[in-house]
Amino acid sequence: MAYEKFTVLQSTAVPLPIENVDTDQIIPARFLKATERKGFGDNLFRDWRYNQDNTPKADFVLNNPTFSGKILVGGKNFGSGSSREHAAWAVYDYGFRCVVSSFFADIFKNNCLNIGVLPVQVSESFLSLIFDAIEKNPNTSMTVDLPNQTITLDEIGKHENFDINPYKKENLQNGYDDIDYLLNLKEQIKDFAQNRPF
Amino acid sequence: MKKTLFDKVWDAHVVHQIEAGPDVLFIDRHMVHEVTSPVAFLGLKNRKIGVLYAQRTFATADHNTPTINQHLPVEDPLSANQLAALEKNAKEHNISYWGLGHEKNGIVHVVGPEYGITLPGATIVCGDSHTSTHGAFGAIAFGIGTSEVEMVLASQCIMQPKPKKMRITVDGALQKGVSPKDVALFIISQLSTSGATGYFVEYAGSTFRDMSMEGRMTVCNLSIEMGARGGMIAPDQKTFEYIQGREFTPKGNDWDTAMNYWSTLHTDEGAAFDKEFFFDGSSIEPMITFGTNPGMGIGIQKSIPQAENSGKATYEKSLNYMGFSQGDEMIGKKIDFVFLGSCTNGRIEDFRAFSEIVKGRKKADHVTAWLVPGSHQVRKAIENEGLLQILEEAGFELREPGCSACLAMNDDKIPAGKYAVSTSNRNFEGRQGPGARTLLASPIMAAAAAVTGQVTDPRTLL
Repeated sequence: MAYEKFTVLQSTAVPLPIENVDTDQIIPARFLKATERKGFGDNLFRDWRYNQDNTPKADFVLNNPTFSGKILVGGKNFGSGSSREHAAWAVYDYGFRCVVSSFFADIFKNNCLNIGVLPVQVSESFLSLIFDAIEKNPNTSMTVDLPNQTITLDEIGKHENFDINPYKKENLQNGYDDIDYLLNLKEQIKDFAQNRPF
Repeated sequence: MKKTLFDKVWDAHVVHQIEAGPDVLFIDRHMVHEVTSPVAFLGLKNRKIGVLYAQRTFATADHNTPTINQHLPVEDPLSANQLAALEKNAKEHNISYWGLGHEKNGIVHVVGPEYGITLPGATIVCGDSHTSTHGAFGAIAFGIGTSEVEMVLASQCIMQPKPKKMRITVDGALQKGVSPKDVALFIISQLSTSGATGYFVEYAGSTFRDMSMEGRMTVCNLSIEMGARGGMIAPDQKTFEYIQGREFTPKGNDWDTAMNYWSTLHTDEGAAFDKEFFFDGSSIEPMITFGTNPGMGIGIQKSIPQAENSGKATYEKSLNYMGFSQGDEMIGKKIDFVFLGSCTNGRIEDFRAFSEIVKGRKKADHVTAWLVPGSHQVRKAIENEGLLQILEEAGFELREPGCSACLAMNDDKIPAGKYAVSTSNRNFEGRQGPGARTLLASPIMAAAAAVTGQVTDPRTLL
C-alpha cells in the first residue's frame, strides 16, 4: 500500500519512558478483529490508556494534553513480541510518523518501515537527553531529517546521526513500495521457482 | 567457504540481491491465518492482482476461534466476520483452507509439521511471530507483518536483510522433571527478552539432539521471545523419520532427491558465527516466570531477584503488575487458572507430560483449567492413547483446538488480577486477558499447579 513520503519532520514529541514496550501493549489482541486497516489508533495502548470501564486513565501520557506531536519516544526494546502489523498501523493511525528509541524489536521495525513510519534508533545517552528535555519543556521541538539521517533537539541544538538501510531510505523518501519492486521481478522469480526441489 | 546451516538455507533462496539493500528471498511455504491476512488480501484486490503460487500457501483458522461448541456458528460477529473473510479469500484464490471444524484444523504451527508442510531446508513464513517453531526441522522460518504477507501472496518473495548469526550450544542430559520448555526459558532468562534481536539462532549440542521433534519445536518456537527472528536445529534421522510419509512431504524419487539435499544441512566445521553462547544442560532447573516478559524467569527453587540499577522503574512496574515483591519465593504462591496449550506446548507430548502428573490425583477445587489441544490430530491422539480418561478422572475437561488463552482473542480470557500458570509463550501485561497475571512454565509445572492449587516444584510429584 502506498504511503506518505517521509523527508523532514519537525514536531514536538510524546514521551513513554518504559522499556520492553511489547506489541500487546501497543494494541491488545482483542482489537485485531477488523478485516480492514482503519480505526486502530483509537485502541493504541488501550489498556494503559483506558480503565476497564473505558474511562481514560489520567496518569497515562496520551491522556495528558501537555504532551502531543507526531513523534513517539519510547524506552529500550520498543515493539517486542507479536508480528502484528496492527501495532504499527495503530501508531500511524493515531498520528505518529516517527518512533524514537534506543533499541527496536526487528519485526516491529520492519512493519513500521513498510507503512511509512520512521523508526529512529538513538544511543542510550541521547535517548536520556530527549526524555530530560521533554520533561523540562513539553513543547520541546525535534527535527528528524531523513535525507541527512539526523535527529536534532531544536532548542539546545544537540543532534545525533541514525542508521537506515539505503534501499528503505529511498523507499520512504519517495513513497515507493516493495510490492511494485517485486512484481517487476516476476519473470526472474518464476525462473527461480522452477528449480525449487519442493 | 565454510557455511553455517543458516547460510546454506538462506543462500539457496536468494532470487536477487539489492545493492546495499535487503535480499529478495524466495518463500517455499506460506501459512496464513484469519487475523493477519485480510488486509493483505484486500491489498491484492486494490492492486487488481492475484496470488502467484496458490499451492505454496496454506490457510487455517486458529487465533480467533472458540474452543467449545465449534459446531455452532461463531457467536461474536467480529470474529465470525474475520473467519468468513479468510474462507472467502482462500476460496477466491484457490488456497487450501482448513477452517473451523475441518479435521485438519488446528494452530498453524502445530498443523504445519503434522501434515509435512514443514520441511528441512525450506523457507517458511507466516504472519505470526511464532513461525520460528518450524526451525526445529532445519527450516528458515520466521514471522512477518501483513505488508509482507501481501508480498508473499503476490510474488512468493519477501525482502529481508540477512540477519546476523548466533549459535547457542547446550550440552548434557537434562535432570528428571526438566523439559524443553525449561531449557528455552532458561536461555531467555540468560540472554534477556531482547538479547538475540537482529540474530538468527542455531541451537546445537547434545541437549537438543536428544530432544524429540516436539521438544525441538518448543525450543525454536520461543526464539522470538529473546528477540531472535528465528531459531533452527540441523535435521537428523529423528527429523527425517518424523516427516516421512506425511501428506505434503516429497514421495518416491522426490524424497530421495530431497534426502540428498537435506543430508548437507549442517553447519560446516569452523564456520563463523557473530555470537556464541554455551550452557550446561544438566544444571538447568524447572523454570517459572515472575514478571511481564519471558526473560523474567527463574529456577523454581529461587526467589525473585532484586532490581538492577538500569531499568529499575520498568522492573518495579512489572512486579507491581504481578502483585509480587523482590525476594518473594515463587513456590507456594496461590494460583487461579491453568492453561495447557498453544503453539509452544499444545502437542501430544505436552498432554502426555501433563497427564503423568495428574494421573491418580484431583484438580484443586479453586483452579479453573483450560486444556486446549493444538489440533484435531492432537485431540484424537489424546483420546486414542487413553489420556482423556486420565484427565477426566482427575477432574479436567478437554477443549477444542485453537490458540485460545495464549492471546485471549476469543472468550478464553483470564480475569483481571487472577494468576494463571500457562504453558504458552508470553506473560506480557494483559496478554491472557486485561489485567491477567501469567506465570509461564512447562506442562508438568502447570499440572503440578493444577492439582495443588499453588506454584509447586513438579519434581516433588514425579
